[in-house]
Amino acid sequence: MLKNLVKKTEFYVALVILVIALLIHVRSGAFFQTNNILDILNASVVPGLFTVSTFMIILSGGMDISFPAIAALTSYVTVDVLNSINYEGSMVLIFVMAAVLGALCGLVNAFFIASLNLPPLIVTLGTQSVYRGLLQGALNAQQINMLPPAMGKFARASVYTAEDPVTGATSHLPAGFIIFVAVVILAYFILYRTMFGRGVYAIGGDLVSAERAGFNVLAIRYFLYIFSGIVAGITGIVRSSMNQMVHPTNLFGIEMTIIAGVILGGASLVGGKGSLLGALLGMFLLTMVQNSMLLLGIPGYWQTFFVGLVIILGISITSYRNLVAADKAKTLRDKSKEELVNE
Amino acid sequence: MSNKDTNIVQEESRKFFKDASFWRLAIILVALIIIFTVYNPEGFMSIANFQSMSYQLPEFGLMAYGVMLTMIAGGIDLAVVGMANLSAIISAIVMLRLAESVSEPVAIIVAVLVGLLVGTLCGAFNGLLVSRLNVPAMLATLGSHQLFTGIGLVITQGSGISRLPAGYSTTGRMLILDLIPISVIIFIIITAALAFQLNKTKFGQELYLVGSNYEAAKFSGINNYNVLTRAHTMSGLLSAVAGLIMLANYNSAKPDYGTAYTMQTILIVVLGGVSPAGGFGKIGGIVLSILILQVSSSGLNMFSSISNFYRQLIWGLVLLLVLGFNFLRNYMNEKRIAKAGKTAAETETE
Repeated sequence: MLKNLVKKTEFYVALVILVIALLIHVRSGAFFQTNNILDILNASVVPGLFTVSTFMIILSGGMDISFPAIAALTSYVTVDVLNSINYEGSMVLIFVMAAVLGALCGLVNAFFIASLNLPPLIVTLGTQSVYRGLLQGALNAQQINMLPPAMGKFARASVYTAEDPVTGATSHLPAGFIIFVAVVILAYFILYRTMFGRGVYAIGGDLVSAERAGFNVLAIRYFLYIFSGIVAGITGIVRSSMNQMVHPTNLFGIEMTIIAGVILGGASLVGGKGSLLGALLGMFLLTMVQNSMLLLGIPGYWQTFFVGLVIILGISITSYRNLVAADKAKTLRDKSKEELVNE
Repeated sequence: MSNKDTNIVQEESRKFFKDASFWRLAIILVALIIIFTVYNPEGFMSIANFQSMSYQLPEFGLMAYGVMLTMIAGGIDLAVVGMANLSAIISAIVMLRLAESVSEPVAIIVAVLVGLLVGTLCGAFNGLLVSRLNVPAMLATLGSHQLFTGIGLVITQGSGISRLPAGYSTTGRMLILDLIPISVIIFIIITAALAFQLNKTKFGQELYLVGSNYEAAKFSGINNYNVLTRAHTMSGLLSAVAGLIMLANYNSAKPDYGTAYTMQTILIVVLGGVSPAGGFGKIGGIVLSILILQVSSSGLNMFSSISNFYRQLIWGLVLLLVLGFNFLRNYMNEKRIAKAGKTAAETETE
């Protein structure tokens, strides 16, 4: 049991999280306070949602860097349209509208990637540019500070509130956290309890073999990119609610942190390996460190360097381990061949 | 040159000009020039416009060559902008420090050499990741771009570096014969060198082979590691030159200059006929698509109602269209070949 645990990437990431948390606590004395924990959980909602869909895509051997652009575009259009009709209804329609728009954006990605079989990174680089151009060029998007009332209510809705006994400052666990948990449970169910989820692992391992084994590769890939679009749409609304405004550009660039987190959590770069738990732990580690940089007095401009370093180290270690494993397999093969010849 | 050599040259150039995709790009370029000239004759066909175009063109043109080399080898380089900025930043710092103690020309020359070295090292780093560690080029360069940009941010503490010695910018923006910017001359020389290297040297042949079939290249005795490392190292060097030209053009260095160029360079290379799967592509096509992008970019400037953000939309759409068009062409070709094979098989059985 323990032996198996030690072999897993998740175990090490969790260990690093604990060590860094202790270090931060010793340096600043503020880490393990309920307020700080709640703040970090609060900050994990948006990256967490993105991590779920990005992990599934990387698992399938694909890539999507267009989700921040989709989130920005869909939340802007949704809020703008609903504002123009003075919408005062419930939150459900807002989420549904953003999700449908996100699904459409995801459908475009899926068409080029799955139907035309083009490289996912190049395609989403192109669509990302299109979505951003639509938002900032065609729609001439500016920051919107007036949100539909339901979004304000959603942001104030709190699952759990903690008050600092000394300063009296309060921290909330927002209702958005429930949505994050729901998406995680949904993704977990799809990945580990359905044949469809086995298919995601299978096409990440080997697309052709998966097809021959009877998986509907086209449908799975379409689902993944559309799902990513839907999650991006919902996340855009959650984030806009939490910030109490729609901002056209402040999500751009988050894709690198998300990818770094997924890789850190042990997902293989070429697909087929990794776990949802690992990806979420990786994301949590990065969010925690980013959030604690201020507590530790590290200037914010170190962040890009740190994310880049994590990606490079993560992919180098994974690739090195793959090379060693391939070498081992080869020597084993050669050895058994020799034995056959000797017999 | 012997008779045989002349024949080869003639043969090569004949093949080149018969290439359909080359002419397609040439027609697009001419059409764009005609449209913009008709729309605004004084504005577009002016020396000022051509000069402003030629200052900008080498910046992303050289980076596009870097992407081209790595894409022919079957990979990609998403770190060109990061390498260009990091080279420019370190070069600028060296220049400022040295200018305090030594004469200006010496400071500039040393700084330029340091900048080129930084780019080369960054490229070699990517090359090692891709070849020795077998990291997919997309992910390796996506990560290293972040790393290089991050190093630039840490060095500059998040802001830019300006107030360079005056001599650098004036030399870098010097006009040869009062007409052509020096950066364009550098661009032309590098283009010629690359054309020679791709078409006439062993390295060029090996690059295409590695890109079209990695395993076959390995078994035919090519050192794939060296070829890949060299392609990425050259990409780093080319990016460094682009970075130094940007340093002269803006008279400052910043970690987030030219962020739109990543997308633009990939568009150029794909439009120019390099397959993202590797193994194909001619430098002639790349030169034309660099010109197409510069002409349309300057042409769009004349429409005041089109904001800069529209350019992202247009470039993204064009990239998707080109990818779709290439897919359709391959699909039709495959169908035709399959049909031809079928008819041949039928006649044989008869």
